[in-house]
Amino acid sequence: MDVLNAFVALLNFVIIPATAYGAQLALGALGVTLIYGILRFSNFAHGDTMAFGAMVTILVTWGMQSAGITLGPLPTALLALPVGIAVTGLLVLATDRVVYRFYRTQKAKPIIFVIASIGVMFLLNGIVRFIIGVDDQRFADGERFIISARTFRELTGLDEGLAFRTTQGITIVVAVIAVALLFWFLNRTRTGKAMRAFSDNEDLALLSGINPERVVVITWLIVAALATTAGVLYGLDKSFKPFTYFQLLLPIFASAIVGGLGNPLGAILGGFLIAFSEVGVTYAFRKVVTYLAPGDWQPDGLLQLLSTDYKFAVSFGILLIVLLFRPTGIMKGKSI
Amino acid sequence: MSADASIPANTTAPRPPDTRALLLFALVACLFIGTGFAQSWNTALTIFNMGLVSAIMALGVNMQWGYAGLFNVGVMGFVALGGLAAVLVSMPPVGGAWAAGGVRVLLGLVLGAATIVAAILAWSRLPPGRMRGIAMIVILVSGFFLYRAVFDAGVAAVEAVDPAATGYLGGLGLPVILAWPVGGLLAAGAAWIIGKTALGLRSDYLAIATLGIAEIIIAVLKNEDWLARGVKNVTGIPRPVPYEVDLQRSEGFVAFAERIGADPVTFSSIMVKLSYAGLFIIVLIGLIWLAEKALNSPWGRMMRAIRDNETAAEAMGKDVKARHLQVFILGSAVCGLAGAMMTTLDSQLVPGTYQPLRFTFLVWVMVIVGGSGNNWGAVLGGFLIWWLWIMVEPLGLGLMRGITAGMPEGSWLRDHLIDSAAYMRLFTMGLILLLVLRFSPRGLIPER
Repeated sequence: MDVLNAFVALLNFVIIPATAYGAQLALGALGVTLIYGILRFSNFAHGDTMAFGAMVTILVTWGMQSAGITLGPLPTALLALPVGIAVTGLLVLATDRVVYRFYRTQKAKPIIFVIASIGVMFLLNGIVRFIIGVDDQRFADGERFIISARTFRELTGLDEGLAFRTTQGITIVVAVIAVALLFWFLNRTRTGKAMRAFSDNEDLALLSGINPERVVVITWLIVAALATTAGVLYGLDKSFKPFTYFQLLLPIFASAIVGGLGNPLGAILGGFLIAFSEVGVTYAFRKVVTYLAPGDWQPDGLLQLLSTDYKFAVSFGILLIVLLFRPTGIMKGKSI
Repeated sequence: MSADASIPANTTAPRPPDTRALLLFALVACLFIGTGFAQSWNTALTIFNMGLVSAIMALGVNMQWGYAGLFNVGVMGFVALGGLAAVLVSMPPVGGAWAAGGVRVLLGLVLGAATIVAAILAWSRLPPGRMRGIAMIVILVSGFFLYRAVFDAGVAAVEAVDPAATGYLGGLGLPVILAWPVGGLLAAGAAWIIGKTALGLRSDYLAIATLGIAEIIIAVLKNEDWLARGVKNVTGIPRPVPYEVDLQRSEGFVAFAERIGADPVTFSSIMVKLSYAGLFIIVLIGLIWLAEKALNSPWGRMMRAIRDNETAAEAMGKDVKARHLQVFILGSAVCGLAGAMMTTLDSQLVPGTYQPLRFTFLVWVMVIVGGSGNNWGAVLGGFLIWWLWIMVEPLGLGLMRGITAGMPEGSWLRDHLIDSAAYMRLFTMGLILLLVLRFSPRGLIPER
């Protein structure tokens, strides 16, 4: 029995990666849920918006790196992030002006917006691949670890190492800041309250003199900021590949729906729920169990419930269970 | 005679020929014929054959979206299931693998299915309460471990049998044409499971659920080597038409080719493509006939009534959920059929090539551009968009060559622009979709 080593192994392979991944999913799901709450459609272009924002940030990062500007131990991408957000903000405002606004004035059905978002998805897909290609791009620099496995072993004298990567730490910190800012904005500012009112009841909000176009513009800007941040954090933590961002659409939507579409708190909860189940179900628990087991007994198999190739099946499974038993999501959805 | 005339014939009254539709079809025909003259008939026929398959996929999606307003973005999954059917039906069985662990694998699958059925039965039969939840979880967990215990060993045994050449169970060794309806059935089964859970909820939920099932089906095809060799691919799927080499060896064929003054090698390849085209055209015409009959029958009118106003249709006593499930299964089955045909045409199943943009969203572009709710529109969209999808790449490359002509040889920007020309097609498809949706939202051949 070696509870301490077992816990460190669990922390290292499940809890820390899942927390970082959950933070990325939560940021993505917040974007989806805000669009759903205010503009009332499921934005299929969201994954590619994330890819676009990350791409702009990567290009700026490369520019800064070659100009010799760095953030020391932190990744330069953090410095480039505001530029990425600004460019992505312009892009989503442009798509709103050119594509979505027309259907808004027509009061088209939500599904028409979804189809339009598929068109936008194709466009963004093409643009991103055209500019940066389809290959993996690495852009993380600075210090690699906050604590490396070796230092941890030397510090604590445990057999099991704990590696806490800088990107994971930054993901968690940035996500916390972003979420805090968002909630402060939604709950404390006049514009945020206007957004929530608009999401709750459009007609009533219009009657109280809220300018819908302004609400929409601000929503898009917030979504661009959230999507770019999520995209950059994911790219830092793993690597940037346009197709992976498209595939992220499924866990992100699953997070938003599981939490309750339109409910920001639910999106965060859903993001972590999906991330922890995905990592937990696809992790081979052999090591942890070996530490916990009495004597020299070792389990025969890997003790892995599902191979990592089926991680989508996990988000999907949770989604199905929630749809079957609680279609509005864990927290009641459909309003901000 | 007079009795016949007195029957009101408004349901089957011949419509005036639609000149617009005819012109558009003639235009698309010109595109293909032009490709034949400008490039080669081989290329034109290759595009045409996939155009036929695409038209069938578009028909399937049109049934779901055009008739009933169901938003299915899992087309790729149903198409891939059709491809799987081609392998399972037509490839010869691998005796060694069956002896090593085939029965065990099947037993594992049966146990897995039985667990799920038992869990569902427990949920629906037991009285509500805490016991019900606990019973269901106990059944699921113990069933899962039992399933893994039986299944994993079988899979390991099967995959160890000559992994370089087989390493899977093989198929039934039946004629590949049989795989087409089987592909439809497999897709229908998957659609039933999805429809049962996600239909009746918000339309967005169906979209996400179908997106998910498609990714999972592709993941299964990629990773379950015992089933269809995973990423090692199954090649050499038997054909329903003769092989080029056999044609070239046959004296009658060579004599015929010489008589019409064609090179036997090229001509044999064209003949093979023409035979595929013949088979596909028969299927397409049959489907269009059925689809038109269905759309103009009371059933079709009921479907459109449900689509246009669910509440009113429900008030008229129509079972909306059941009708939705029905049309969802039908449309998915057509997609599965098209998938089996496509794999037959390729003679191989390559799970890595199934991309959602190509197999789900491109089909959507076909339906929207062609005209949702109109079978002929979907077929037209299938041909037109497929032709564009193929042709935009060389056109984009030509455009980029033109733009970069003034740039110095070997410049970074020039190389980048020319290398990236391939991605122009994604951009073009998005643009076409948005333009049609905005300026001609009912498509090229609108619903009547």
